[in-house]
Amino acid sequence: MSIQAVVEAIRARFAGALQEIIEFRGETTLVVRREDLVELCRFLRDDPVCRFHFLSDLCAVDYWPERPRFAVNYHLYSLSHNLRLRLKVFLEEEDPVVPSVTGIWPTANWHEREVYDLFGIRFEGHPDLRRILLPEDWEGHPLRRDHPLVVEPVQFSFNWREIDSQKPYVRE
Amino acid sequence: MAIREGEVQEFTLEQLKHLVSERALRGETVLLNVGPQHPSTHGVLRLLVELDGETIVSVVPDIGYLHTGIEKHCESKTYTKIIPLTDRIDYLSPMSNNLAYVMAVEKLMGVEVPLRAQYIRVILTELQRIASHLVWLGTHALDIAAMSVFLYCFRERELILDIFEMVSGQRMMVSYFRVGGLWRDVPEGFEEAVRAFLKLMPARINEYERLLKRNPLWLQRTKGVGVISPEDAIAWGVTGPSLRGSGVNYDVRKAQPYSSYDHFEFDVPLGENGDVYDRFMVRIEEMRQSLRIIDQALRRLPRGPYITPDRKVTPPPKEELAWSMEALIHHFKFWTEGFSPPPGEVYHAVESPRGEFGVYINSDGSPRPRRVHFRAPSFVNLQALPIMAKGGLVADLVAIIGSIDIVLGEIDR
Repeated sequence: MSIQAVVEAIRARFAGALQEIIEFRGETTLVVRREDLVELCRFLRDDPVCRFHFLSDLCAVDYWPERPRFAVNYHLYSLSHNLRLRLKVFLEEEDPVVPSVTGIWPTANWHEREVYDLFGIRFEGHPDLRRILLPEDWEGHPLRRDHPLVVEPVQFSFNWREIDSQKPYVRE
Repeated sequence: MAIREGEVQEFTLEQLKHLVSERALRGETVLLNVGPQHPSTHGVLRLLVELDGETIVSVVPDIGYLHTGIEKHCESKTYTKIIPLTDRIDYLSPMSNNLAYVMAVEKLMGVEVPLRAQYIRVILTELQRIASHLVWLGTHALDIAAMSVFLYCFRERELILDIFEMVSGQRMMVSYFRVGGLWRDVPEGFEEAVRAFLKLMPARINEYERLLKRNPLWLQRTKGVGVISPEDAIAWGVTGPSLRGSGVNYDVRKAQPYSSYDHFEFDVPLGENGDVYDRFMVRIEEMRQSLRIIDQALRRLPRGPYITPDRKVTPPPKEELAWSMEALIHHFKFWTEGFSPPPGEVYHAVESPRGEFGVYINSDGSPRPRRVHFRAPSFVNLQALPIMAKGGLVADLVAIIGSIDIVLGEIDR
């Protein structure tokens, strides 16, 4: 089995689902529509040509300031055919919602929570969508490109007046 | 529950009810907090355990206490300067993390690595696997109250750390691999040191095995405890020895060989029952296989360059700067601006001691990556803890956490 066979199988089953096929450094990326994602994932897991039983990884990318802003990557691995495949879903900034694949691969649970935590992308149908790495009272989503890396500069002074004048609350 | 920028997520009891069973809300079961400061959680892991008497009804892991924002930091650094950050992800196997990261960048840049560098990388990552398994075995045994194994394991681990210090100058945070090869060639005395270790180690592994394998206390604590079926293990994305303990033959070194792992002969040990004991036996056997790989790589270690001559990804040798204008320009460009890979994205996975360690890099064509993501095996394996622990005794929880070999630095990144 090869990636070509998988792509053909998807084409035969889901007309128009593949928006783009990218080949780069021997890796295949399929850009798919958000509406088809869950059905397509189920097909990829169960179809004998594909059998992607293993969701290696799920991560998001922020393309800011480009549009569409976000993308969610699904790295699939097929144990029986020894194939890797990447699915990619692009999302607009105003509507960062994507259906959850926890019903297909339970391992997506924490991955999706991590993406929600660090990017603010919501997963519809996720059983337990809470922050996972950051504290509950954290503001914002730090892995967004417009989130500052350093909020408060490192201070090398022992003079509290000087330290105090640099604090973020002074600017407010 | 949607939250936007500037808003704080707040919870009411209603929204957290689903974490525990109905019986807990009626007060029929006990909710026990384990950690985050608890020696057997191997770091800062907090568990919310629901108990019916001594039987575990459910386990809810709570992570994030060690979150350091490594992925965010990567976006502000050049590709070379990310290497020291990767050491700190899984601090018990920095070599494997280095390898995964530099190989992902090499894939992105399309760089060929000299054979000598590939072999040395194999030797060092396999040594790292043994060192990591020794820490696991020592602490795991300590958790189940077998004190002496811990002392023996750390004695042998010291020998490996000495070898690391010899090659990189560092015992733990090595940062030895570079994009295109190695930092330096291995020093004189490296081969002798590794040979001496190879000679000593098989007898020592037999010693650990003899201490535990037929020990009735050990068997009672590990046999039939924390069972996970192969189907569950795959569905929950478990990799590494924890997956192979359930009998699933998936090892990235065999399935998709990298860094010339296909040049070496080795077996992938498999368990049958998927319990704590099988995971223990798989790791013990893995140490022996690692010794086999190191032995073969050392015998066939080729001569030649230790880093690629491609001046785009490696700085020129210092002595060249004195007479070559071009070298000076390369040197300056490399250390100030860094190199710019073509726009695109790659995912590269290696078999770290804990499982599939993957690195995803998204490049926008600038000297700094747009996004680096680390697929940490412990993060995924820990998710399967509730499946393994359900229905067991509370004392088994400690054995199960030990058997999946988590490193919190990697889970929280």
